[in-house]
Amino acid sequence: MAVDDRFTQDSRETGEDEVLGTRSEIITGPVSDWATDFSHLEPEWSADPYPIQDDLRQRCPIAHTGRFGGAWLPTRYEDVAAIAYDTERFSSRSIILSNFRPPRELAPIGGSPPISSDPPFHHDARKLLLPAFTKNAVARQEPATRAFCHSLVDSFAGRDVVDAAYDYAQHIPMRVIANMLGFPPEDGPQFREFVEDLLEGINLPPDERIERVSRLFDYLLAQVNDHLDQPRDDLTTYLINAELYGNKLDPSHVIGTMALLLIAGIDTTWSAIGASLWHLAKTPGDRERLVAEPGLLPTATEEFLRAYAPVTMARLVKEDMHWHGVDMKADDWILLSFPAANRDPAQFDQAAEVVIDRQVNRHAAFGLGIHRCVGSHLARMELRVALEVWLDRIPAFTLADRGAVTWSAGQIRGPRTLPLRIG
Amino acid sequence: MKVEINPDLCQGHGRCYDLAPGLFGDDDEGYGQVLGDGAVPPGKEQDARLAVLNCPEHAVELVEKG
Repeated sequence: MAVDDRFTQDSRETGEDEVLGTRSEIITGPVSDWATDFSHLEPEWSADPYPIQDDLRQRCPIAHTGRFGGAWLPTRYEDVAAIAYDTERFSSRSIILSNFRPPRELAPIGGSPPISSDPPFHHDARKLLLPAFTKNAVARQEPATRAFCHSLVDSFAGRDVVDAAYDYAQHIPMRVIANMLGFPPEDGPQFREFVEDLLEGINLPPDERIERVSRLFDYLLAQVNDHLDQPRDDLTTYLINAELYGNKLDPSHVIGTMALLLIAGIDTTWSAIGASLWHLAKTPGDRERLVAEPGLLPTATEEFLRAYAPVTMARLVKEDMHWHGVDMKADDWILLSFPAANRDPAQFDQAAEVVIDRQVNRHAAFGLGIHRCVGSHLARMELRVALEVWLDRIPAFTLADRGAVTWSAGQIRGPRTLPLRIG
Repeated sequence: MKVEINPDLCQGHGRCYDLAPGLFGDDDEGYGQVLGDGAVPPGKEQDARLAVLNCPEHAVELVEKG
């Protein structure tokens, strides 16, 4: 068998993408007016973005900022949906809004296919992943996920207060995705650093940001080489062997997709589990009802996903255009807020309320259109199991210290410190 | 009544086969599929309606048998 030499040379050393991209001035500090100067990285947004979004939806439904080199924030469901569906005019070549725009030549593949890919390449790259993430495929992870959730609760023995974000929520998706990718389960703490580097270090100086992101790619390259030496039945070996158009994947495609699965699989679900427990801790009526009527869990989890949707994506405007009343310029960012769409009263009755038995819930927490979250079935399984085990083992819990709760900054929003009183 | 899925709109969210597993299943890539001829048996009308009303892509339809 021929030696697979795709991964012997670091593909980053041959690419010049970083050089060719566009950097914009880093602007931080308090927001003067959310309609003209918004920033999803400021503490006010992390703490509670919903009043800001509700206000913007009323008075300026497509807000603008000069930060990040120029960006737009639509807050109406219909505008968010229209952009998600319009891959002709909005590119996914970077889906994390930052002060660095990758070069146009990066499309249609992008750095982490298929989330960063545009048609027609997107369809083929996505097709490679879909079979591994069907509802039936992810059901195979359920027994181990449930056992792991129980082991986390076991570890709370003797404690009156636990951090549900740090001690529970974060570990569940880390363990599941490490298992699916075939990474050592004890590497979890490193994954947390990778997530923070990639998704929260947006306003760091570019060189520092590149260095941090490099750590992730070094780790993934080491995992690929380990799998080349010892192939096994997991997603990493699958991606190494996968073929597209009759050839094995480019090394940058393999590593980029692994980065996507690792990063997108962790803090999103961690956030959804944490936000759900936060809601139940501060809303005794909903908690008691859910414990008494476990049959409500399916509608309740969908409602938590709607009301506390963790994920906001980004797009880049392809060409100058007048769009829904505003003048967008080529390479303007779009902050595509599924959380804001999910709270649009034009789309949802009682949009600002959490209604755990909501029967009709056409929310967009997993996106809309061709980029529907490929891991949505996995995320739903993890969220359901995490809540089932928690509510079964710890039916009574409250916020231990309302003021101590912290939320992540940036496009993925969820509790990062969540002290709950369980005893 | 029968249910239909518009394959051009379906993105594999899976709400239909979550909510109405007797009427819908999924294919090897997770896209929704109507089971059998899609005819809604008596007693399953509400499941069918929920599947229609919860599809984020508006891909599921309930049509009068014609």
